[in-house]
Formats: sequence, structure tokens, C-alpha cells
Amino acid sequence: MLGRTANGLYWMFRYIERAENIARLVDAGLRVSLTRAGSSDEDWHGVLESAGVREAYSQVHTELTAADAIDYLLRDTSNPSSVMSCIEFGRNNARMVRTALTRETWEATNECWIDLKARLARKLKQTDLPELIDVIKHRCGLIRGAFHGSMLRNDLYNFSRIGTFIERADNTSRILDVKYYVLLPAISQVGSKLDNYQWESILRSVSAHRSYGWVYDGEYQSANIADFLILKVQMPRSLAYCYEKIVSNLGYLGETYGEQLKAHETAAAIRSTLKRGSISDIMDHGLHEFLEDFVSRNNQLSAEISEGYRFYQ
Amino acid sequence: MLTAENLPRPPYKTYHEWYASQDAAHLIRKTQDAENIFRKTGITFAVYGHADSSEKLIPFDIIPRIISAREWRKLAQGIEQRVLALNAFLDDIYHKQEIIKAGRIPRALIERNVTFLPEMIGFKPPGGVYTHIVGTDIVRTGEDQFYVLEDNARTPSGVSYMLENRETMMQMFPELFTLNKVQRVEDYPRLLRQSLASLAPPGCKGRPRVAVLTPGIFNSAYYEHSFLADQMGVELVEGADLRVIDGRVKMRTTRGYEAIDVLYRRVDDDFLDPMTFRADSALGIPGIMDVYRAGNITIANAPGTGICDDKAIYSYMPEIVEFYTGRKALLENVPTWRCSEPDSLKYVLEHIEELVIKEVHGSGGYGMLVGPTASKKERTEFAEKLAAKPANYIAQPTLALSTVPIFVNKGIAPRHVDLRPYVLVSDKVKIIPGGLTRVALKQGSLVVNSSQGGGTKDTWVLED
Repeated sequence: MLGRTANGLYWMFRYIERAENIARLVDAGLRVSLTRAGSSDEDWHGVLESAGVREAYSQVHTELTAADAIDYLLRDTSNPSSVMSCIEFGRNNARMVRTALTRETWEATNECWIDLKARLARKLKQTDLPELIDVIKHRCGLIRGAFHGSMLRNDLYNFSRIGTFIERADNTSRILDVKYYVLLPAISQVGSKLDNYQWESILRSVSAHRSYGWVYDGEYQSANIADFLILKVQMPRSLAYCYEKIVSNLGYLGETYGEQLKAHETAAAIRSTLKRGSISDIMDHGLHEFLEDFVSRNNQLSAEISEGYRFYQ
Repeated sequence: MLTAENLPRPPYKTYHEWYASQDAAHLIRKTQDAENIFRKTGITFAVYGHADSSEKLIPFDIIPRIISAREWRKLAQGIEQRVLALNAFLDDIYHKQEIIKAGRIPRALIERNVTFLPEMIGFKPPGGVYTHIVGTDIVRTGEDQFYVLEDNARTPSGVSYMLENRETMMQMFPELFTLNKVQRVEDYPRLLRQSLASLAPPGCKGRPRVAVLTPGIFNSAYYEHSFLADQMGVELVEGADLRVIDGRVKMRTTRGYEAIDVLYRRVDDDFLDPMTFRADSALGIPGIMDVYRAGNITIANAPGTGICDDKAIYSYMPEIVEFYTGRKALLENVPTWRCSEPDSLKYVLEHIEELVIKEVHGSGGYGMLVGPTASKKERTEFAEKLAAKPANYIAQPTLALSTVPIFVNKGIAPRHVDLRPYVLVSDKVKIIPGGLTRVALKQGSLVVNSSQGGGTKDTWVLED
């Protein structure tokens, strides 16, 4: 396959994944504003930061309001990480690699774009938001479903999956890093209301507030939340899960292409850190430092994959 | 659909009965459904010069055009004869030039033609095939009476609409395909791939590697290029993906550079190789013509076939067919005045309000004048252009085109159509039973081009 096609698939799935994650972040933000007494527009700071767009937001808006933040995150195309931008980029990449996608995957992507373009054309009303967020998740789910149900399990598939998991690992680690201080045992007052809402918001941003309960008997504890999102292989948005997948997808490429690249080493090293690590060690050595290091290694891996597999635009 | 006595013509009989049993509101809804299908599939085209409407839909009409097996056989024979003659003609003009020596075509018309490529002189493409894919434009004027409008031997487009129109019809009206025995068109991509692969360079070992070359995502026919590559299961490449290395054309893959054996190019000759043709082309592959001439890649269609699409050459088609096949042409040519000839020019200027005047190298319905419907001002302006550069134009009478029914909100209305069947040439000629029917949606209009407000419909060739 063309290096350009591999690049297009990789970014198509990164953008679709990002769109969905941004929608989850907004969802979590809305939830906080609806359920927490004394919540204020200031709470959107954290959401913008988790999305990595706080600085960019302040260049467009002088003050922080919930409505502006939501608009910026969902529909402002001057924000390259807004849901609309991501879907637009994702669909453009899909159009470019149209021949690499099954008809079902392409149509799901194209319909997602058509639907969201129409829904996000006008300013949003608060009453529309819950449905809109559902639609975004639903549409992204349809793309994923069509992809899983119809694509050949060849190099195309593996490049697409790697894009998904590099993006997801990046998003999860950023969400954690923005809120890392609320997970630090020294500062948090165990069981306080403040912590509960913060923690629940983290879990909600990765759609894990229910599954958490099944694994940790329902008690919110900072170490458990960090453990769940970083080390729990069963949790589909955890760093450990993402790296299980990345290593396996890269393994497929290494085997069929008959060459081991630098990316294989890097991915294996990151995976082994996550596999052997314990949450208490991570917390002792500094959660923030750990996450910062992870984000940079994840980026490094992405660059090595691009180079090793001759990606170009 | 109907005869003069207001009875359905025989191939339409079954359809007509079905139609009579349908509720109009239901059919209006179906028209909307069809549009949604096209939109979600992304079957769009770009109209140049309209930045805001970069993705447009071609209107689709839900009433199929139906051709009987007998009529089709006759048509197919004529097309096959014509396509074989075109290949023989190309081989001749790039080699012995016997048709010129025999005095049947003026030398200047060939050698001074911008679409004649001196680079092709003395070169025989693999398998001796020049026009791998042809889309002959046909109009019907009456029972068993067909005229060829254009040969489209360069890079005929629209085949994806033929296939998608059928898909859409089968999805919307499955019952119609039980009631009528319609010949398959779905095999086209498979046949195209077979046909291309069978003409790989002789030195090619193993399974030939085929690729489709597109100018890119902004080209008006990008959808079709990606569609065909996908349906054939071959790579879709752009010029920037390719490079000449060690005498081969290679593409940049995830495993390094890999050679291509057959390139189905949807890029015009001019842009194919900046080292040989237009130096400013960013769409082509520098050096590909050297690889081609060394026999290390097949280019479909061969460079230099564009001369067959020249409208002055077209006027010689009856002679060309007869010269190479030894038989009279089975399909009629539209009588054509070559404005380069003083007598003809005089006639054309005097009868401008009756004629259709076209540029010899024009396509897409641009640069033409439809005399009977043009305003006086348009005619005067065109006459000036014509007088200034007569060799640039030909003129034809407007034919009494037959009409087919289309579905409008008030029911059925007659409209003019043409038909483009698709022909694949390898060691044999294959004509897909059907083709693209283009409709002039505006009442009375004769222009069917999608860039000028034309639409399309499914085309059925019935089994015997």
C-alpha cells in the first residue's frame, strides 16, 4: 500500500477517535454543571485544558462562559480539535483513502459528516446538547462498527487501529494529567464531596463511571481511579489496553513485512512499563511526571511509525 | 416509451404495466430516496469555477431507459466495428500512414494536429492496443436508427454512474428486476481489471500490478477514479506517489518503492510526463514516457489516442471504418461540415440558426453553439469567432432525436437523451450491455452534459 494511504488511514482514525473523546469531555463537563451545587463557568477551564485547547480558546474569547466553551469544543472550525474539525479532517482523509475503505466504512464516515455538518451548522441550544452528544458517539460508533465488521485484517486494518490507540492513549493520559492533583493522596480529602465530583468527572470523560464500579466495588479512591485508567488492561481506554493493542497491531506489520523497526522496540518498552508497573510506585514517583513522560513517549512512537512505514501526505 | 399509437414500445411493455400500478406520491418519495443514496455514497462531481459548491449531485431519473436485445445486438456490432477501426487507424498513423498515402485523409489534419504525438511514431504499445477503454456516444433517432456523436477514445468518464445507477435501482425497485430480465453490468470492474492485466508489458512476470492514476481529490471525476480502483482492487495513485527508478515506474509504499506494470491513467496526455509534454505539469511522472517506450509499463489508454476525439477526424470516420475493415460503417456518422473548407464555412455561416457548431478539441458541452436555441446575439458573436479561426470548428445539423420518458412531479414527460456504452479492448472487444444514459432535463434541450444541467438514468438491455 502507498505510504500516503497508510498516513491517511492513521490520521482518519486518530481524528474520529478525537472527535468522540471531545464529545465525552463535553458530556462530563455538562454533567458537572448540572449536578454540582455551586458549579460555575470556571469549571470549563479543566475541560478545555483536557482537550488541549485552553490557550487557543483564550485567543478567540476574552471570557470563559459555558456556552462559548461548548461552542468552541463542538462546532468552532477555527479550533482544529473541535468535533466538527475532527470529523471534517477525518472525512477528508477517508475521501483521500477511499479505495482503502470498505463501502460500509466510507458510507458511515460520510453520513457522520453529513449529519454533524447539518446539526452543527447553527449555534447550539442547551436543550439540544444531550441529544447531540449522543449522536456524535452514535455516529462514531457506526464508523467503528462498519470498520470492524467489514475490513480485511491486513496492513490497512492495522495502520487504522494503531491510529485509534495512539490517539486514545494520548487523550486518556491528558485527561488524567489535567486532573492529576485531585488524585494525589496528600491533597485529597478522602470521601469529600469535592473529590467525588472531580473523580466522577474523570471517569465520565472516559465513559467508565459504571465499569469502575464493577472492578473496584463502587468506592471512589484516587489510587484505584489512576490504576483503572493507566494499568487496567480490561479497561478499553486505559493506557495499558491501548498498548496491548498497539504492540499486537505493530506485531502483525512486523511479521507480514518481515522487518522489525525502531517503533517495535519503543512500543514494547512502553508496554512493559505499563505491564510491570504498580500504581503505588507510579504515585510515589510522581503521577504528573509519569504522565508527562508517557505523552512524550507516545508521541515519539507515533513519529517512529510514520518514519518507519514511510508515511507522507 | 410509447409508439405513435400511444402503446408502449415492446421493451417497455412490462415496465409500463408496473408503472401504471404505482402511486405518484410513492414515486416522488423514491426520487428523494435516490438522492439520499447518492449523497451518502458520495457520488458527487465538482463543477469547476464554483468554489462554494465543490460537491454536487448529478440528478438521477428513476425511469430506466430500456433497449431490446435485438436492438442492442445491432448497436454492439456497429460499436465493435468502429472501435477496431479506431485501433487500426491509430496503429497506422503512428506507423506506415497508409491512409494518408491512399489520399483518404489529408496529411496536415494528422500531423499538424495538436493531439497527434510524434513521440508515439514507430512505437507499438503492448498487445498493439491503443484504446483500452472507449465510451462511444450514441443517439437514437428512430427504430434501429443510431448515430455516433463522439468516439471518446481518450479517457471516457461516467462508467461509475452506469454502475451506481443500477445499484440504486436494484435497491429501490427490486421487484422490477424480477419482472424484467435485465442484462448484467456489474461485471465491468472485473472485466476492466482482466483486460488491463492481460495487456501488461511482455517482460512482466507473475501477477501484473495495476494502478489507477488520478489528478487527485479536487478533480471533478475523483469519485469515479476512487470507485474504479476500489472495485478493481488496485491502488489509486497520484503523480506524486510515483517515481521512475531503474527504468521502472514505482510507487512509494509502506515497504519502499514497488513497480507498477499497468497504469490506467485518468490524466490527459499533456500532463502525463513533464519531461516530454507540459513541463509545468505537477500531475504527471517525470520520465514515464521513457519507461513506456522501453516497454516497461502499459499506459491505458495509450498516449496519442486523443486524435480520435478530434471532431475534424470524426468527420472522416465513415472513410476510416471502411478503409480498415473493408466494410461500410454499420453505425451512421452525423453529417459534419468542416469549417476549414471554404465551401463548408460559407454554408455554416449562412445556416447558423439550424446547426450545432462545436470546437474540434472541445468536450463537456463547452465552447459550442446550438443554433436553433441560441439568441441572435449569441449567434452573431459565435459567427465572429468562427470566421476568425474556421479550422477550429465543425458544424452538424440538429438531429430529430428520439425521446425517452422521465419522471417529473406531474408524471411522465419526454426528454432527449444520449447513450454511452463502455467498450473494453484487449485481444478481444467486450461491450458491457447497457451504458450511461444522459438526459437533457430541460424541456426541449439537446445538451446532456452534467456540467450543463444534464441528468442520468439507468439503462437496461433486456435478455432475449
